[in-house]
Amino acid sequence: MKITQLTTGVIVALVPGMVQAASELPTPYPYPEPAWSPYLVGGLIGALVVLTLALAGKKIGASSAYSDGAGLIGRLVAPRHIASLPYYRDSKPMIGWTLFFVVGAIIGSSIAAWSGGELNGLYLQDMWVARFGGDSVALRTVFALAGGALMAFGARMAGGCTSGHGISGTLQLAVSSWISVICFFVGGIAVALMIYRL
Amino acid sequence: MFDPIWKLALGLITGILFGILLQKGRVAKFRVIVGQFILRDWTVVKIMGTAVIVGAVGIYALLPTGAVSLHIKPLVWMGVVLGGIFFGIGMALFGYCPGTSVAACGEGRRDAMAGVGGMLLGAAAYVGFYPQIQGLVTQGGNAGKLTLPEVSGLSPWVWIAGLVSVALVAIVWSNRRRLLASTQHGDSISGQHHPA
Repeated sequence: MKITQLTTGVIVALVPGMVQAASELPTPYPYPEPAWSPYLVGGLIGALVVLTLALAGKKIGASSAYSDGAGLIGRLVAPRHIASLPYYRDSKPMIGWTLFFVVGAIIGSSIAAWSGGELNGLYLQDMWVARFGGDSVALRTVFALAGGALMAFGARMAGGCTSGHGISGTLQLAVSSWISVICFFVGGIAVALMIYRL
Repeated sequence: MFDPIWKLALGLITGILFGILLQKGRVAKFRVIVGQFILRDWTVVKIMGTAVIVGAVGIYALLPTGAVSLHIKPLVWMGVVLGGIFFGIGMALFGYCPGTSVAACGEGRRDAMAGVGGMLLGAAAYVGFYPQIQGLVTQGGNAGKLTLPEVSGLSPWVWIAGLVSVALVAIVWSNRRRLLASTQHGDSISGQHHPA
Protein backbone atom coordinates (compact mmCIF):
# COMPACT_ATOMS: atom_id res chain seq x y z
CA MET A 1 0.00 0.00 0.00
CA LYS A 2 2.74 2.44 0.98
CA ILE A 3 4.82 1.49 -2.05
CA THR A 4 1.98 2.16 -4.51
CA GLN A 5 1.33 5.55 -2.94
CA LEU A 6 5.03 6.34 -3.07
CA THR A 7 5.35 5.27 -6.69
CA THR A 8 2.28 7.24 -7.66
CA GLY A 9 3.59 10.28 -5.89
CA VAL A 10 6.95 10.02 -7.61
CA ILE A 11 5.40 9.54 -11.04
CA VAL A 12 3.04 12.48 -10.46
CA ALA A 13 6.02 14.56 -9.46
CA LEU A 14 8.01 13.50 -12.52
CA VAL A 15 5.31 14.07 -15.13
CA PRO A 16 5.37 17.89 -15.24
CA GLY A 17 9.12 17.90 -15.72
CA MET A 18 9.07 15.26 -18.43
CA VAL A 19 6.19 16.94 -20.28
CA GLN A 20 8.02 20.25 -20.18
CA ALA A 21 11.22 18.69 -21.43
CA ALA A 22 9.45 16.88 -24.23
CA SER A 23 7.58 19.92 -25.46
CA GLU A 24 10.36 22.43 -24.98
CA LEU A 25 11.07 24.57 -27.97
CA PRO A 26 14.58 24.03 -29.32
CA THR A 27 16.73 26.49 -27.43
CA PRO A 28 19.94 27.61 -29.06
CA TYR A 29 22.32 26.98 -26.19
CA PRO A 30 25.32 29.21 -26.77
CA TYR A 31 27.74 26.47 -25.81
CA PRO A 32 28.67 23.47 -27.93
CA GLU A 33 29.03 20.84 -25.27
CA PRO A 34 26.50 17.99 -24.87
CA ALA A 35 24.00 18.88 -22.16
CA TRP A 36 20.53 18.05 -20.91
CA SER A 37 17.56 20.39 -20.73
CA PRO A 38 17.62 22.30 -17.43
CA TYR A 39 13.94 21.48 -17.01
CA LEU A 40 14.62 17.76 -17.28
CA VAL A 41 17.55 18.01 -14.87
CA GLY A 42 15.51 20.09 -12.43
CA GLY A 43 12.55 17.73 -12.60
CA LEU A 44 14.74 14.72 -11.89
CA ILE A 45 16.45 16.49 -8.98
CA GLY A 46 13.07 17.35 -7.50
CA ALA A 47 11.96 13.74 -7.83
CA LEU A 48 15.23 12.59 -6.26
CA VAL A 49 14.66 14.74 -3.16
CA VAL A 50 11.12 13.37 -2.74
CA LEU A 51 12.52 9.84 -3.04
CA THR A 52 15.27 10.32 -0.46
CA LEU A 53 12.89 11.96 2.00
CA ALA A 54 10.45 9.09 1.60
CA LEU A 55 12.99 6.26 1.72
CA ALA A 56 15.51 7.56 4.27
CA GLY A 57 14.08 10.69 5.84
CA LYS A 58 17.07 12.57 4.46
CA LYS A 59 17.24 15.60 2.22
CA ILE A 60 19.76 16.61 -0.41
CA GLY A 61 22.34 19.02 0.96
CA ALA A 62 26.07 19.63 0.83
CA SER A 63 27.21 22.25 3.32
CA SER A 64 27.32 20.03 6.42
CA ALA A 65 29.76 17.74 4.61
CA TYR A 66 32.37 20.47 5.04
CA SER A 67 31.95 20.83 8.79
CA ASP A 68 31.90 17.03 9.00
CA GLY A 69 34.98 16.84 6.81
CA ALA A 70 36.80 19.47 8.85
CA GLY A 71 35.94 17.54 11.99
CA LEU A 72 37.15 14.25 10.58
CA ILE A 73 40.44 15.81 9.49
CA GLY A 74 40.70 17.52 12.86
CA ARG A 75 40.16 14.18 14.60
CA LEU A 76 43.25 12.80 12.91
CA VAL A 77 45.35 15.77 13.99
CA ALA A 78 43.98 16.77 17.40
CA PRO A 79 41.29 14.34 18.59
CA ARG A 80 40.96 15.68 22.11
CA HIS A 81 40.49 19.25 20.93
CA ILE A 82 37.79 18.18 18.48
CA ALA A 83 36.01 16.18 21.15
CA SER A 84 35.97 19.24 23.39
CA LEU A 85 34.37 21.55 20.82
CA PRO A 86 30.72 22.30 21.63
CA TYR A 87 29.68 22.04 17.94
CA TYR A 88 30.72 18.41 17.80
CA ARG A 89 29.07 17.57 21.08
CA ASP A 90 25.76 18.50 19.46
CA SER A 91 26.50 16.87 16.10
CA LYS A 92 29.57 14.64 16.14
CA PRO A 93 31.56 14.59 12.89
CA MET A 94 29.75 11.69 11.31
CA ILE A 95 30.76 9.65 8.33
CA GLY A 96 27.15 9.99 7.34
CA TRP A 97 24.58 10.71 4.67
CA THR A 98 25.80 14.11 3.49
CA LEU A 99 29.45 13.15 3.32
CA PHE A 100 28.66 10.08 1.24
CA PHE A 101 26.33 12.22 -0.87
CA VAL A 102 29.10 14.71 -1.63
CA VAL A 103 31.59 11.92 -2.43
CA GLY A 104 28.95 10.39 -4.71
CA ALA A 105 28.50 13.74 -6.46
CA ILE A 106 32.19 13.82 -7.36
CA ILE A 107 32.00 10.30 -8.75
CA GLY A 108 28.77 11.00 -10.66
CA SER A 109 30.06 14.20 -12.15
CA SER A 110 33.29 12.47 -13.25
CA ILE A 111 31.29 9.74 -14.97
CA ALA A 112 29.07 12.30 -16.69
CA ALA A 113 32.00 14.49 -17.73
CA TRP A 114 33.94 11.51 -19.02
CA SER A 115 30.94 10.31 -21.02
CA GLY A 116 30.62 13.75 -22.63
CA GLY A 117 34.35 14.12 -23.27
CA GLU A 118 34.49 17.09 -20.92
CA LEU A 119 37.17 16.06 -18.45
CA ASN A 120 39.71 18.84 -18.12
CA GLY A 121 42.31 20.09 -15.70
CA LEU A 122 41.58 23.77 -16.05
CA TYR A 123 42.49 26.19 -13.30
CA LEU A 124 41.41 29.44 -14.93
CA GLN A 125 37.90 29.40 -16.38
CA ASP A 126 36.89 31.27 -19.57
CA MET A 127 34.79 33.98 -17.97
CA TRP A 128 37.50 34.58 -15.37
CA VAL A 129 40.19 34.94 -18.02
CA ALA A 130 38.00 37.34 -19.99
CA ARG A 131 37.77 39.53 -16.92
CA PHE A 132 41.19 39.14 -15.28
CA GLY A 133 43.48 37.96 -18.05
CA GLY A 134 45.42 34.73 -18.37
CA ASP A 135 48.07 35.60 -15.81
CA SER A 136 45.81 35.58 -12.76
CA VAL A 137 46.44 32.27 -11.01
CA ALA A 138 47.28 33.97 -7.71
CA LEU A 139 44.13 36.10 -7.77
CA ARG A 140 42.01 33.08 -8.73
CA THR A 141 43.46 31.18 -5.78
CA VAL A 142 42.66 34.02 -3.38
CA PHE A 143 39.09 34.28 -4.68
CA ALA A 144 38.60 30.51 -4.51
CA LEU A 145 39.96 30.18 -0.97
CA ALA A 146 38.35 33.33 0.45
CA GLY A 147 35.10 32.83 -1.45
CA GLY A 148 34.92 29.19 -0.48
CA ALA A 149 35.63 29.96 3.17
CA LEU A 150 33.03 32.74 3.36
CA MET A 151 30.50 30.58 1.55
CA ALA A 152 30.95 27.59 3.86
CA PHE A 153 30.83 29.83 6.91
CA GLY A 154 27.64 31.50 5.68
CA ALA A 155 26.07 28.15 4.86
CA ARG A 156 26.62 26.87 8.38
CA MET A 157 25.22 30.13 9.79
CA ALA A 158 22.13 29.85 7.63
CA GLY A 159 21.80 26.10 8.11
CA GLY A 160 22.16 25.11 4.48
CA CYS A 161 23.40 25.90 0.99
CA THR A 162 21.84 26.16 -2.48
CA SER A 163 21.09 22.42 -2.33
CA GLY A 164 19.96 22.10 1.27
CA HIS A 165 18.03 25.35 1.52
CA GLY A 166 17.80 26.28 -2.13
CA ILE A 167 16.26 23.03 -3.36
CA SER A 168 15.36 20.70 -0.50
CA GLY A 169 14.10 23.44 1.81
CA THR A 170 12.25 25.57 -0.72
CA LEU A 171 10.38 22.61 -2.17
CA GLN A 172 9.15 21.81 1.33
CA LEU A 173 7.98 25.46 1.44
CA ALA A 174 10.16 26.18 4.49
CA VAL A 175 10.25 29.88 5.35
CA SER A 176 13.90 29.70 6.49
CA SER A 177 14.86 28.28 3.11
CA TRP A 178 12.98 30.82 1.01
CA ILE A 179 14.54 33.69 2.96
CA SER A 180 17.98 32.03 2.69
CA VAL A 181 17.70 31.69 -1.07
CA ILE A 182 16.67 35.32 -1.48
CA CYS A 183 19.71 36.35 0.57
CA PHE A 184 22.00 34.02 -1.41
CA PHE A 185 20.94 35.68 -4.64
CA VAL A 186 20.98 39.25 -3.29
CA GLY A 187 24.55 38.82 -2.03
CA GLY A 188 25.71 36.89 -5.06
CA ILE A 189 24.13 39.11 -7.71
CA ALA A 190 25.38 42.33 -6.10
CA VAL A 191 28.99 41.12 -5.88
CA ALA A 192 29.04 39.42 -9.29
CA LEU A 193 27.64 42.49 -11.03
CA MET A 194 30.29 44.60 -9.32
CA ILE A 195 33.09 42.28 -10.40
CA TYR A 196 32.01 41.36 -13.92
CA ARG A 197 29.64 43.99 -15.22
CA LEU A 198 30.86 47.28 -13.87
CA MET B 1 30.17 7.87 14.41
CA PHE B 2 28.49 6.08 11.49
CA ASP B 3 25.02 6.14 9.94
CA PRO B 4 23.56 2.68 9.15
CA ILE B 5 25.15 1.06 6.09
CA TRP B 6 22.04 1.10 3.90
CA LYS B 7 21.66 4.83 4.44
CA LEU B 8 25.29 5.42 3.52
CA ALA B 9 24.81 3.36 0.36
CA LEU B 10 21.65 5.26 -0.55
CA GLY B 11 23.44 8.54 0.13
CA LEU B 12 26.27 7.53 -2.17
CA ILE B 13 23.89 6.49 -4.97
CA THR B 14 21.84 9.66 -4.56
CA GLY B 15 25.04 11.67 -4.71
CA ILE B 16 26.18 9.89 -7.85
CA LEU B 17 22.84 10.62 -9.53
CA PHE B 18 22.98 14.23 -8.35
CA GLY B 19 26.54 14.61 -9.66
CA ILE B 20 25.50 13.24 -13.06
CA LEU B 21 22.53 15.62 -13.16
CA LEU B 22 24.59 18.65 -12.16
CA GLN B 23 27.26 17.94 -14.75
CA LYS B 24 24.84 17.18 -17.57
CA GLY B 25 22.84 20.24 -16.56
CA ARG B 26 25.98 22.32 -17.13
CA VAL B 27 26.06 23.80 -13.65
CA ALA B 28 29.41 22.25 -12.76
CA LYS B 29 30.77 25.20 -14.73
CA PHE B 30 32.05 28.56 -13.52
CA ARG B 31 30.60 30.54 -16.42
CA VAL B 32 27.09 29.16 -15.94
CA ILE B 33 27.00 29.98 -12.23
CA VAL B 34 28.63 33.38 -12.52
CA GLY B 35 26.56 33.93 -15.66
CA GLN B 36 23.46 33.43 -13.54
CA PHE B 37 24.62 35.97 -10.97
CA ILE B 38 25.20 38.56 -13.67
CA LEU B 39 21.75 37.69 -15.01
CA ARG B 40 22.90 36.54 -18.44
CA ASP B 41 22.54 32.75 -18.11
CA TRP B 42 19.39 31.46 -16.49
CA THR B 43 20.26 27.76 -16.34
CA VAL B 44 20.63 27.75 -12.54
CA VAL B 45 17.22 29.31 -11.95
CA LYS B 46 15.59 26.99 -14.50
CA ILE B 47 17.01 23.93 -12.79
CA MET B 48 16.27 25.07 -9.25
CA GLY B 49 12.80 26.30 -10.17
CA THR B 50 11.78 23.06 -11.85
CA ALA B 51 13.22 21.02 -8.98
CA VAL B 52 11.26 23.07 -6.46
CA ILE B 53 7.95 22.72 -8.29
CA VAL B 54 8.27 19.00 -9.03
CA GLY B 55 9.53 18.36 -5.51
CA ALA B 56 6.82 20.43 -3.85
CA VAL B 57 4.10 18.57 -5.76
CA GLY B 58 5.63 15.25 -4.75
CA ILE B 59 6.15 16.14 -1.08
CA TYR B 60 2.75 17.67 -0.48
CA ALA B 61 1.00 14.88 -2.36
CA LEU B 62 2.73 12.31 -0.15
CA LEU B 63 2.58 14.22 3.15
CA PRO B 64 -1.01 13.28 4.05
CA THR B 65 -0.25 9.59 3.40
CA GLY B 66 2.55 9.63 5.95
CA ALA B 67 5.06 8.39 3.38
CA VAL B 68 7.21 11.49 3.98
CA SER B 69 7.72 14.00 6.74
CA LEU B 70 9.20 17.47 6.48
CA HIS B 71 12.88 17.99 7.32
CA ILE B 72 13.36 21.73 7.43
CA LYS B 73 15.55 24.22 9.24
CA PRO B 74 14.46 26.73 11.89
CA LEU B 75 14.23 30.40 11.01
CA VAL B 76 17.03 31.82 13.14
CA TRP B 77 16.71 35.31 11.65
CA MET B 78 20.25 36.63 11.89
CA GLY B 79 21.77 33.30 10.92
CA VAL B 80 19.61 32.97 7.86
CA VAL B 81 19.89 36.57 6.62
CA LEU B 82 23.55 37.27 7.46
CA GLY B 83 24.64 33.73 6.65
CA GLY B 84 22.70 33.88 3.41
CA ILE B 85 24.37 37.11 2.34
CA PHE B 86 27.84 35.84 3.29
CA PHE B 87 27.08 32.70 1.32
CA GLY B 88 26.03 34.69 -1.74
CA ILE B 89 29.12 36.89 -1.63
CA GLY B 90 31.36 33.86 -1.24
CA MET B 91 29.63 32.05 -4.07
CA ALA B 92 30.04 35.02 -6.44
CA LEU B 93 33.75 35.20 -5.59
CA PHE B 94 34.40 31.47 -5.81
CA GLY B 95 32.05 30.80 -8.73
CA TYR B 96 30.61 27.52 -7.43
CA CYS B 97 28.41 26.40 -4.53
CA PRO B 98 29.16 23.54 -2.10
CA GLY B 99 27.44 21.03 -4.38
CA THR B 100 28.46 22.33 -7.80
CA SER B 101 32.06 22.79 -6.61
CA VAL B 102 32.50 19.07 -6.06
CA ALA B 103 30.75 18.43 -9.36
CA ALA B 104 33.28 20.80 -10.93
CA CYS B 105 36.04 18.82 -9.20
CA GLY B 106 34.59 15.77 -10.91
CA GLU B 107 35.10 17.56 -14.24
CA GLY B 108 38.71 18.11 -13.22
CA ARG B 109 38.49 21.84 -12.60
CA ARG B 110 41.33 22.53 -10.23
CA ASP B 111 40.18 25.95 -9.07
CA ALA B 112 37.13 24.20 -7.62
CA MET B 113 39.50 21.89 -5.72
CA ALA B 114 41.25 24.93 -4.26
CA GLY B 115 37.86 26.24 -3.22
CA VAL B 116 36.98 22.98 -1.50
CA GLY B 117 40.05 23.58 0.66
CA GLY B 118 38.73 27.06 1.37
CA MET B 119 35.33 25.65 2.30
CA LEU B 120 36.85 23.20 4.77
CA LEU B 121 38.70 26.11 6.39
CA GLY B 122 35.56 28.24 6.51
CA ALA B 123 33.56 25.42 8.04
CA ALA B 124 36.37 24.82 10.53
CA ALA B 125 36.28 28.48 11.53
CA TYR B 126 32.53 28.26 12.10
CA VAL B 127 32.91 25.12 14.17
CA GLY B 128 35.75 26.59 16.18
CA PHE B 129 33.83 29.73 17.10
CA TYR B 130 30.42 28.05 17.26
CA PRO B 131 29.44 29.15 20.80
CA GLN B 132 30.33 32.80 20.17
CA ILE B 133 28.62 32.80 16.77
CA GLN B 134 25.51 31.15 18.18
CA GLY B 135 25.43 33.71 20.97
CA LEU B 136 25.45 36.55 18.44
CA VAL B 137 23.14 34.95 15.92
CA THR B 138 20.37 33.98 18.33
CA GLN B 139 20.04 37.65 19.39
CA GLY B 140 17.72 38.15 16.44
CA GLY B 141 15.33 35.48 17.62
CA ASN B 142 14.30 32.08 16.32
CA ALA B 143 10.90 31.85 14.67
CA GLY B 144 11.04 28.06 14.54
CA LYS B 145 10.52 25.57 11.73
CA LEU B 146 7.88 27.50 9.85
CA THR B 147 6.42 26.65 6.47
CA LEU B 148 4.83 29.09 4.04
CA PRO B 149 1.39 27.41 4.33
CA GLU B 150 1.59 27.73 8.12
CA VAL B 151 2.42 31.43 8.21
CA SER B 152 -0.03 32.37 5.49
CA GLY B 153 -2.91 30.12 6.50
CA LEU B 154 -3.15 29.12 2.84
CA SER B 155 -3.14 25.53 1.63
CA PRO B 156 0.24 24.41 0.26
CA TRP B 157 -1.46 23.84 -3.10
CA VAL B 158 -2.24 27.57 -3.33
CA TRP B 159 1.49 28.21 -2.93
CA ILE B 160 2.36 25.49 -5.46
CA ALA B 161 -0.18 26.89 -7.93
CA GLY B 162 1.43 30.29 -7.42
CA LEU B 163 4.90 28.88 -8.14
CA VAL B 164 3.63 27.08 -11.25
CA SER B 165 2.03 30.30 -12.51
CA VAL B 166 5.24 32.26 -12.00
CA ALA B 167 7.19 29.50 -13.74
CA LEU B 168 4.85 29.42 -16.73
CA VAL B 169 5.01 33.19 -17.12
CA ALA B 170 8.81 33.04 -16.88
CA ILE B 171 9.06 30.24 -19.45
CA VAL B 172 6.76 32.01 -21.90
CA TRP B 173 8.65 35.27 -21.39
CA SER B 174 12.04 33.67 -21.91
CA ASN B 175 10.84 31.97 -25.09
CA ARG B 176 8.81 34.95 -26.36
CA ARG B 177 10.87 35.62 -29.47
CA ARG B 178 10.80 32.02 -30.58
CA LEU B 179 7.08 31.71 -29.84
CA LEU B 180 6.35 34.87 -31.84
CA ALA B 181 8.54 33.72 -34.72
CA SER B 182 6.89 30.31 -34.91
CA THR B 183 3.37 31.76 -34.98
CA GLN B 184 4.26 34.19 -37.77
CA HIS B 185 5.93 31.42 -39.74
CA GLY B 186 2.83 29.24 -39.27
CA ASP B 187 0.54 31.98 -40.68
CA SER B 188 2.51 32.41 -43.87
CA ILE B 189 2.38 28.68 -44.58
CA SER B 190 -1.25 27.93 -43.80
CA GLY B 191 -2.79 31.13 -45.19
CA GLN B 192 -2.20 32.46 -48.67
CA HIS B 193 -0.94 35.99 -48.22
CA HIS B 194 -1.62 38.05 -51.28
CA PRO B 195 0.29 41.30 -51.34
CA ALA B 196 -2.07 44.24 -51.64
